[in-house]
Amino acid sequence: MNEKEALVEYCLRIGDTSLISGQRMSEWCGHAPILEEDIALTNIALDLIGQARMLYGYAAQVEGKSRTEDDLAYFRDARQYRNVLLAELPNGDFAMTVARQFLLSVYSYHLYTQLCASSDKQLAAFAAKSIKEVAYHVRHFNDWVLRLGDGTQESHQRLQEAVNELWNFVDDLFMADEVDQMMEKAKIGADHNALRAVWETTVLKTLADAKITVPAVNNFMRSGSRAGNHTEYLGYVLAEMQSLPRSYPDAKW
Amino acid sequence: MVTNTTDISRIRSVVSGVCDPEIPVLTIEDLGILRDIRFEKEKLVVEITPTFTGCPAMRTIADEIADVLRSEGFTDFDVRLVYSPAWTTDWISESGKLKLKEYGIAPPARSTEQHLAALLSGVRELVHCPFCNSANTRLTSPFGSTACKALHYCDNCHQPFEEFKCH
Repeated sequence: MNEKEALVEYCLRIGDTSLISGQRMSEWCGHAPILEEDIALTNIALDLIGQARMLYGYAAQVEGKSRTEDDLAYFRDARQYRNVLLAELPNGDFAMTVARQFLLSVYSYHLYTQLCASSDKQLAAFAAKSIKEVAYHVRHFNDWVLRLGDGTQESHQRLQEAVNELWNFVDDLFMADEVDQMMEKAKIGADHNALRAVWETTVLKTLADAKITVPAVNNFMRSGSRAGNHTEYLGYVLAEMQSLPRSYPDAKW
Repeated sequence: MVTNTTDISRIRSVVSGVCDPEIPVLTIEDLGILRDIRFEKEKLVVEITPTFTGCPAMRTIADEIADVLRSEGFTDFDVRLVYSPAWTTDWISESGKLKLKEYGIAPPARSTEQHLAALLSGVRELVHCPFCNSANTRLTSPFGSTACKALHYCDNCHQPFEEFKCH
């Protein structure tokens, strides 16, 4: 694999995480517990899909095989998707969504902080643009974690159960393979060890403030997203998201 | 085609009048999203920068710029999106901020640099009601009817209002 191929793959990973996260957020449209939250979650979906579009556009340009952002979003199968596993997990109840998006947005925030200094100008521009949006997402889910975790017995229990389950997917966020190492070496991508350290500091502080405990580290940890080994849930997300362009490949919108 | 500065300033004067479809009192110049107008050989290039990455208005704005250019007789042009440097609400002009307030939307209060730090430290910014100027307001939702706005409520004049978020 050369550096160009690694860069395409690297952009797809971040783009896929944004798109699948955005698709999950959009599933809340019309279903959130209160109107303001419905608006918030769909606004966040819009930000995430916008971020995915930027990365797909750039990945396609670097790749130079005349694939478009739509090709990348709609005509790849689950095994070709590179989003982190956390992003594809079902919304569950509101606490599950809050916990998942909290862990993910803190991850994106710290990742983009590093990418703002990327030697790749386009990636740095993407990060500088996106980090402002992600800061709002972090604040939003941070507030909800505190509110639910330090709320009623019921809300606390639900959030704790969500964190217990989601924690099995934390390692997958930080697994660095050949692509990550190449990108880090070229000063294009992030330093995954540093990313994990700063992510843990941020996440553990909020969870402690919310009276939520983190499961023991010897839990079974799932990983595999970088090789396209996903959970069974991603196929269903793609089936819904891709059904229209796959049924009507010439459809214009 | 003559590619002199008079030409560019004439193009600028018509293109800069294109309005935001969601906040029609603001032109793209007020918003600070019109980045550059230049000729690349014969081709006229207009560069705009998105406010939010997912903002659906960008497509409409690009289409409207194209319409304006066509009606001015240009055929060889390109409207491009540039992402760097990233747009910030600091680029909204002073007259733009005034227009926002008159339209009933509280303009962004802080500069972006201060704001990002404040966001994560949990400090809440003081937002003045665009109708009665009271600071006795509260945030009802950090996300609003469009990506760029938040919802507030004024406890002085009992009016809900929108704020153009610091970005």
